[in-house]
Amino acid sequence: MTSSPEPIERHTLSVLVDNEPGVLARVIGLFSGRGYNIDSLTVSEVSQESHLSRITIVTTGTPMVIVQIRNQLDRLVPVHRVEDLTTEGIGLERELAMVKVRGTGEARSEALRLAEAFRARVIDATRESFVFEITGKTDKIDQFAYLMEPLGLVEVARTGVVAISRGPQAL
Amino acid sequence: MTNATSGNTTGARMTGAEMVIQAFADQGVEHIFGYPGGAVLPIYDALFHTNAIEHILVRHEQAAVHAAEGYARSSGKVGVVLVTSGPGATNAVTGLADAMMDSIPVVCISGQVASHLIGNDAFQECDTVGITRPCTKHNYLVRDVNDLARVLHEAFYVAQNGRPGPVVVDIPKDVQFATGTYIGRDNIQHKTYRPKLVAEDAQINAAVELLASAKKPIFYTGGGVINSGPEASRLLREFAHTTGVPVTSTLMGLGAFPASDPQWLGMLGMHGTYEANLAMHDCDVMVCIGARFDDRITGRLDAFSPGSKKIHIDIDPSSINKNVKVDLPIVGDVAKVLGAMAIAWAGKGLKLDKEALAAWWTQIDRWRARQCLAYRASDEIIKPQYAIERLMAAVKGKDVYITTEVGQHQMWAAQFCHFDEPNRWLTSGGLGTMGYGLPAAIGAQKAHPDALVVDIAGEASIQMNMQEMSTAMQFNLPVKVFILNNKYMGMVRQWQELLHGGRYSHSYSEALPDFVKLAEAYGGVGIRCDKPADLDAAIAEMISIKRPVIFDCVVDQQENCFPMIPSGRAHNEMILGDMAVDLDAAITDEGKMLV
Repeated sequence: MTSSPEPIERHTLSVLVDNEPGVLARVIGLFSGRGYNIDSLTVSEVSQESHLSRITIVTTGTPMVIVQIRNQLDRLVPVHRVEDLTTEGIGLERELAMVKVRGTGEARSEALRLAEAFRARVIDATRESFVFEITGKTDKIDQFAYLMEPLGLVEVARTGVVAISRGPQAL
Repeated sequence: MTNATSGNTTGARMTGAEMVIQAFADQGVEHIFGYPGGAVLPIYDALFHTNAIEHILVRHEQAAVHAAEGYARSSGKVGVVLVTSGPGATNAVTGLADAMMDSIPVVCISGQVASHLIGNDAFQECDTVGITRPCTKHNYLVRDVNDLARVLHEAFYVAQNGRPGPVVVDIPKDVQFATGTYIGRDNIQHKTYRPKLVAEDAQINAAVELLASAKKPIFYTGGGVINSGPEASRLLREFAHTTGVPVTSTLMGLGAFPASDPQWLGMLGMHGTYEANLAMHDCDVMVCIGARFDDRITGRLDAFSPGSKKIHIDIDPSSINKNVKVDLPIVGDVAKVLGAMAIAWAGKGLKLDKEALAAWWTQIDRWRARQCLAYRASDEIIKPQYAIERLMAAVKGKDVYITTEVGQHQMWAAQFCHFDEPNRWLTSGGLGTMGYGLPAAIGAQKAHPDALVVDIAGEASIQMNMQEMSTAMQFNLPVKVFILNNKYMGMVRQWQELLHGGRYSHSYSEALPDFVKLAEAYGGVGIRCDKPADLDAAIAEMISIKRPVIFDCVVDQQENCFPMIPSGRAHNEMILGDMAVDLDAAITDEGKMLV
């Protein structure tokens, strides 16, 4: 409602869908068509025999909009289940990134030291570059990339957030 | 297969095209609306071999969907459409979007270019599922003939269950030719789609307790009551009578509660009645039943019914808290929820505070006394409101279905038609599609061959699907097109008068056809009337003719549709027809931004 300025929140939604053609387009079209934000979106098949895919969406909006997004997703015919991991307070979130850093001398050693501190792995190396693989929460990866910036950061590729709930329950 | 019958055909081998016809038969489809073309020729060939299904050939695919909507809305069945690929599908898009907005169950079969050509910009190719994705409830592209029967039955299931809507099944031409195994409708269960129909007891109990605490209650009903079926309308009437609560309705819900009932307040919203809107504004408990707090209803959101507790009954959870935050959401089918509420109400022996309710009705009667729909009568010129009043007087007691186009005439029809039964009123509410009325009338007439079906039209709207007169002629569908001809796009003109300093930019029709001659050119009957004194006789003549008629009713060009809540204003800031207000000042700059 226009009169009550509600705070903008960041929520992570898990969506279990039939892995059929066009299902991702339906989800994305819903977000663009209704003006919702997508901060991060990942999708992959998670069960081959039952043809299920899991979509993890990080979105922002007022609490009213977040509930609306959840209900709108639930309304899509190929959607099995939607869970708001943020509201439930049970979400584990991880992201994987590959970070390419170019440099020689002290900067190069410093990059390697920092990588060790962040538990990033070297998955490619040349005399003047590294590619690090790092896994963690979004802010950890943000921080790593930020620290690499002055040390010769060339590019970053990130998977986006995947999330799952704590405890024995499944989506 | 030469005669599609609904027997046990599971396991039978047949072509994709034959499956379409067989699935129609299994689903009880008797009529389809369509237009042939290259990519659906195999289905048309299968159609040629069956007598079980009648095909109504329209003149434009948009009209096929509107006709199917009219058929569906007036009969409670699913409307079925058959179109070809490319332009056939894109022409259908407006109709599909219309059915989506108004929750009308439609299954649209579209042909597609052969599988190996998809993506190659082939002749009459378009990405039908891509284009129709946001304007359908669901859609399918069928790439394997062995999936086709399942998809077709799923399409009918999805279209009519939960909140109804349009479903597109796009079938490449090679899949129509290919042979596969058919599965009957009873062997199909949808994997995921299970709309929730029954509400929890706790919600029902909380709702009746809240209602019982009301001093100024109101039922705000919508198209969901009609979609839920005749039982929902019956239960609404019963519950309203038991409780004594006043009832108003959206445009889409008209007829669910009888307009002749003393508890009826008339339609609410932008062109709703004074009593309905003020009762909405002042109520303390609002029960929204199958409506969705659309912007035409609420007016300015932050001033919408500020003092009320709101109960919202809707089958679609995404309708709840979308525009207006409610206190008690109930997800479920209207008939099931109302039935449960009535039982809980009686079971608990609940009653509304008699004195408070009487005071509320006294207040409502004071608002009613304002006579907000009154207009200045004339002996010289036909007032559009008068024309509709005379039309309705002439058809009283008959088996009547009214469709409309979109604009002033539509709002006057909503204000002056006074429906007592559901499914009698077919109009484009959500999308507001000019050109809806004539094809919808054709669909309704097909579903009810002996009824009187009248399209109350404007001279601008009717020209958007005028070509369907030809369909009406070919299939002997004696629809009546009752044009309120003011030579303007009336609602555009009204807004230009109110909002744009009377600068009537392109809202005047310089070159209208002679509608009488036009009717005759199609082989129908044309009648013109421009004098109030001649109106009754002319309308009687129109009704007596058992063929399509275009009635050119020449009306006052300057008449505006009131009451009106100016955009950006609240319910209690409505303008009445006889108010001497500076209309320009009535709308704020912010309001001008709204539509």
